[in-house]
Amino acid sequence: MSKRLLDPTSERQAGTARERAKRRGALGGKHVALLDISKPRGSVFLDRVEELLRARGADVSRFSKPTFTKPAPVDLRHEITSTCDVVIEALAD
Amino acid sequence: MVPDGLVAVVKRGCPTCELVAPVLAQLHDQLTIYSQDDPTFPDGIGAHDDTALDVSFALDIDTVPTLLRVQDGHVVDRVVGWERAGWEKFTGVDDLGAGLPDWRPGCGSRTHDPDVVDARLVASIMPHLHARLVELGDAEDESEAMYARGWSDGLPLVPPTPARVARMCAGTSRDPSEVVAVVPPDLVECTVEKVAINAVMAGCLPDYLPVVLTALEAACTDAFNMHGLLATTWLSGPLVVVNGPVTRTIGMNSGVNALGQGNRANATIGRALQLVIRNVGGGRPGEVDRATFGNPGKYTFCFAEDEAGSPWESLAVERGLPEGASAVTLFAAEGVRGVVDQLSREPESLARSYAACLRTVAHPKNIFVWDAMLIVSPEHGRVFRDAGWTKSRLRQELDALLQLPADEIVRGAGGIAEGMPEALCQPGTTLPKFRPGGLLITHAGGSAGLFSAIIGGWASGAVGSEPVTREVRT
Repeated sequence: MSKRLLDPTSERQAGTARERAKRRGALGGKHVALLDISKPRGSVFLDRVEELLRARGADVSRFSKPTFTKPAPVDLRHEITSTCDVVIEALAD
Repeated sequence: MVPDGLVAVVKRGCPTCELVAPVLAQLHDQLTIYSQDDPTFPDGIGAHDDTALDVSFALDIDTVPTLLRVQDGHVVDRVVGWERAGWEKFTGVDDLGAGLPDWRPGCGSRTHDPDVVDARLVASIMPHLHARLVELGDAEDESEAMYARGWSDGLPLVPPTPARVARMCAGTSRDPSEVVAVVPPDLVECTVEKVAINAVMAGCLPDYLPVVLTALEAACTDAFNMHGLLATTWLSGPLVVVNGPVTRTIGMNSGVNALGQGNRANATIGRALQLVIRNVGGGRPGEVDRATFGNPGKYTFCFAEDEAGSPWESLAVERGLPEGASAVTLFAAEGVRGVVDQLSREPESLARSYAACLRTVAHPKNIFVWDAMLIVSPEHGRVFRDAGWTKSRLRQELDALLQLPADEIVRGAGGIAEGMPEALCQPGTTLPKFRPGGLLITHAGGSAGLFSAIIGGWASGAVGSEPVTREVRT
């Protein structure tokens, strides 16, 4: 007789990964969010990215997570998605 | 289901039932007989088949033979065992069982057989289990099948059969479908049943389940931040310290080798928590778990505090729970390191040893960001007890000793680039090694050894993880 076991996993369907967001093409004229995850020196990297983006005609807004150890709060994600076209998230250390 | 009138419940395997078989035959016309083990018993007259024990359970039979009077479907009277006078009065028939002794006690009803109790329990819970059934092929080795499906932490698992999981669910009064926590990193609502499945695989006994459930609840709070603890590159994982009567009920180890191998409860509670995070939450090494090294405690890390031998109030009481409550405290822990001090007989000296070692947590020049747990052994505890030092006195002394000179911890000092930023380190000032509440003190270990232990933490407080203490619910 075959053995039956109970599934210990979340039983989420494999292969239901979210689709990639639509590509935006050139960033000139776009509103770009720069999300600092609040690791030391992340701002150094993002400052330079902001400088380069502005030189290409992008509009830039800066955001930061309260702490790098937790996922971005829902409100912050909502603010970014509702006000910006693309987001760049920066690690550091 | 049971007809009105006189009813007898018997079994062939009971010598008293065998003894009264002639009496049952004598009363046959006015009696409905149920046999728990053999419907051909009593020989010659037979009985209704109650080998499934449905009637015995319905009639609440503890002993066979039991003679009952049923009226309008309800039991109104009963006689247990063989007692001539009682049976005669009960049936209104004189001279029952000539030649039999006046009295014989009965035997245990099959409804109390451990295998029967277990089967009933399993049958009652099974309909409430909803996890997907994974059917293994005849040729599949179940242990290898579980590895192949990615359910294991690397060690063998106990196969979570429906019967085992049902038995595990009986370890708590909570409904199998109740949501215990939202488990990171996939933020999945995790039911009691899913915890039970993983607890079976970890090797837990049902009595451990309430501790596992509470540990999971504590781990999945925003304050403890299991997501970050899992994702960090640091070498830490969740440590479960258990307090209160449950530690004795389930036989946890707080003494010799308390932090090591060899005790089932210690070993499997911590493992069950990690398996839930792996299997339900989706937290796997190399995926969201990005630890540079990890540590052996990420298989399992759980021990009980030695409250009876402690010079102080327990960790749980210190953290606000009432005396006598069972509780878990979750701590974001790296590995264990020893503090050897075989010479200090004065608390001041021993405290200085502790401070010197605690300073090195994470890095001797790093402060404030790292919590730590100090585990004071019985022999070291005796030094403080004999000197009348309370836990708060020790804490006060350590706080003072762990005020570190800014000049020593500033970046570059001592020829070491690592350290605190200059802006924090005003020359000539001191700064505390630990944030307020960042040093936890517990008591455990064997009675021999002038050692204590330090367990370093991870990013502390709102930035990372706050230790969380929760009362264990049954």
